Amino acid sequence: MGDFRYWLAENKGTLLAVAVFIIMFAIYTGNHSAGFSGMVVTTAANKGVLLALVAMAQTLVVLTAGIDLSVGMVFVLANCLASQLVVGDALETTFGVVVVLLAGVACGALNGLIVIYGRLQPIVTTLATGAMFYGIALWLRPIPGGDVNSDLADALTEQLPGGIPTSLVVLLGIVLVVWVPLRRSEIGRAIYAIGSSEPAAYMSGVNIDRARLTAYIVSGLLSACGGLMLTFITYSGEASATIGGSYTLNSIAAVVIGGVSLFGGAGSAIGAIFGAFVLRTIGDLLFVFDFDPLWQPLFQGVILLLAVTLGSLRLLNVKNRLDLFG
Amino acid sequence: MGATMPLFQMQGVAKSYGGVRALEEAHLRVEAGRIHAVLGENGAGKSTLIKIMSGVVQADAGDMMLDGARVVFPSPKSANAAGIACIFQELSLIPDLSVADNIAIANPPRRFGLIDRRAQRRFAEAALARAGAEDIHPLAQVKDLPLSRRQMVEIAKALARKPRILILDEATSALTAGDVAKVFTVLKRLRDEGLALLYISHRMQEIDELADDCSVYRNGRHVASYQAGTKSRNDVVEMMIGREYSHVFPPKPALPKTGAPALEVAGLNWTHRLNDISFAARPGEIVGLGGLDGQGQRELLLALFGVLRGVTGDVVVNGVRRHARGPRSAKAAATAMALIPEDRKTEGLMLPMSVRDNLTLPALDSLARFGVIDRAREQDAVERMVKLLAIKAANLDIPVGALSGGNQQKVVIAKWLMVAPRIILLNDPTRGIDVGTKQEIYQLLRKLADEGATILFYSTDYDELIGCCDRVLVMYDGAVTRELVGAEITEHALVSSAFSIDSGSIDQTGERQVG
Repeated sequence: MGDFRYWLAENKGTLLAVAVFIIMFAIYTGNHSAGFSGMVVTTAANKGVLLALVAMAQTLVVLTAGIDLSVGMVFVLANCLASQLVVGDALETTFGVVVVLLAGVACGALNGLIVIYGRLQPIVTTLATGAMFYGIALWLRPIPGGDVNSDLADALTEQLPGGIPTSLVVLLGIVLVVWVPLRRSEIGRAIYAIGSSEPAAYMSGVNIDRARLTAYIVSGLLSACGGLMLTFITYSGEASATIGGSYTLNSIAAVVIGGVSLFGGAGSAIGAIFGAFVLRTIGDLLFVFDFDPLWQPLFQGVILLLAVTLGSLRLLNVKNRLDLFG
Repeated sequence: MGATMPLFQMQGVAKSYGGVRALEEAHLRVEAGRIHAVLGENGAGKSTLIKIMSGVVQADAGDMMLDGARVVFPSPKSANAAGIACIFQELSLIPDLSVADNIAIANPPRRFGLIDRRAQRRFAEAALARAGAEDIHPLAQVKDLPLSRRQMVEIAKALARKPRILILDEATSALTAGDVAKVFTVLKRLRDEGLALLYISHRMQEIDELADDCSVYRNGRHVASYQAGTKSRNDVVEMMIGREYSHVFPPKPALPKTGAPALEVAGLNWTHRLNDISFAARPGEIVGLGGLDGQGQRELLLALFGVLRGVTGDVVVNGVRRHARGPRSAKAAATAMALIPEDRKTEGLMLPMSVRDNLTLPALDSLARFGVIDRAREQDAVERMVKLLAIKAANLDIPVGALSGGNQQKVVIAKWLMVAPRIILLNDPTRGIDVGTKQEIYQLLRKLADEGATILFYSTDYDELIGCCDRVLVMYDGAVTRELVGAEITEHALVSSAFSIDSGSIDQTGERQVG
């Protein structure tokens, strides 16, 4: 069927990330002493889902040809906020979850408004706001601690009957509720259009500001979802600049491995999710093969470089050298 | 008054860009069910006219009326909403989206608030069929399509908006002959369906075949409107030319240059944009590149300078076959080429850097000893250039971006003279600068030529080609179609050859003659 060819061309980045992950994960579980057991998979899933959510957040902004250096800090802020608010009875817990998600939305909206109306570059804007978000997180939780509704936390981070990790189901739910509708909406189309060619999008009468604002808001929301999940896994909050920074940088790496173009306009959050899983599995692989964990950054770097190289192969076909700088 | 009221009307529309008048007192009357051609040479105001009509830029003065009611278009979106769709020369397609996505971009079919992909696909297929481009798969990504297919998608996209007025700005320039025939059938059908079409093209024979009405523009002014077929081609050319000569040019040498050519080009090809270009230029000669904008003149200069990949054919410099692999090898002593680029703000200068740093950038290797810049020699060289070109700068350490446009252009030229080039390529160097500076540049070019440089000079201003050049190569569709020497370089000859009107047949109106 002719249509399949075009579908394949559009999704090859995503499919490559999925394939790499499956191979790596098969090697991992195949060599793990406990094998493909529920516990192994659940632990891996919980770690992977956190980065996957932040990587999805990063994807939204990268698709508009921007970059969001505040995703990790929104993630940490949500974690600290949740460790204060997501406690008590069902009603209080629900209220807490809603406030945490709204805080994420507010952070994203702030980024978006500054980028759109202040006309500042996304990289500088989010570097500054990220520091602010971290400051608020530190103010909320100067020393690590706090608590979370443990019933909810356990329900979302353990296993369903049959050994399926609940966190994966949560991730799937978020994909179905947030990403899929957005991808198919007019706004989602506009987000891709801006990243691909903003002048052409403008000339086509696309509502550019609305799409860009949505991208930043959804990015903030997804980072907050990640922070919430972190709280459910650790039962506490910690305003850690190290965690924030490493999630931000790893989200960019995950996006690239997942086949999302840093030039914007191409790729999918699904790819970024698997990019995140690939990054997380590198550490696990080193563990089962008894490598020193100190090797992890080196291997992550190599994988990242390979991913970027694949994305740049098209440059070999450029006919006008001035286009190399465009 | 219903019978006499045009669908769309423009009255007294004016537009300036930074003090330069692009359009003044523009009038246009577009009727439903007619194809209206707009004619004019480079800089006549055609592009500005349609940009105003499609909401890309706003007029400074004047009125636009649609159905007799005054309208204002602050954005392309509002013009679209009023039923005006434009097919631009620079494509407005989004490369990473599929054909169907692009066709439906402004208003995709929705179901439960989400884009209905099946309906969108049917919509796109219908639009492609309407444009006569059923061969394009709606799911293909636009970036993977060749230029001619993209152009067809662009037409389908405009038609999908169900416009009342369709503007085509050089819409056929990238199309194959077969596609042009198809598009023409479509355009005639649209006319019969009652659309108004505004058609801008440099291909005279297309205008002869399509147009019902024609309007001629010159120097940003409306010159005349007439019914197609009522004027001879000669009359049309006469209407397009006739600007006031406002420049003073240095005298040309009386005798044609002889001797061995410094630059010989044979059979130069690059993708489909340059087709079998051959010419030779001798030391002391200023060879102009003429023709309408975008016929491959820029690409030719870039190809000679080694910027383009995959160029085939021979470039012989001083009798030795050379192929520049990039600007660095082109400027090296063996070829000693310099290219004054078209856009001084991006390709010519580092705007935030100082005048001094900009001036010495191409020649740093000759001013440095063991990699350390010799400040005294740099100062000498800079002073020599500032004096030679009379660059007016309060201080050589201020950012070059703070200078006036004319002085910025002088810096671009001066920085290349630093490397003592023997072959100088100029890409429209006087665009957007004041008359005084232009005259200084003309004097300088002649002086450099007299000192033995070989100059290849592309200009969109025909006066300059007439006033400065010893010979002019007129380009059309990526090929040199005509060479004008000495007294043959007249505005009449330039315009008629730019529109590829065979000068032998210039008095016949009906027949198609392509040079």
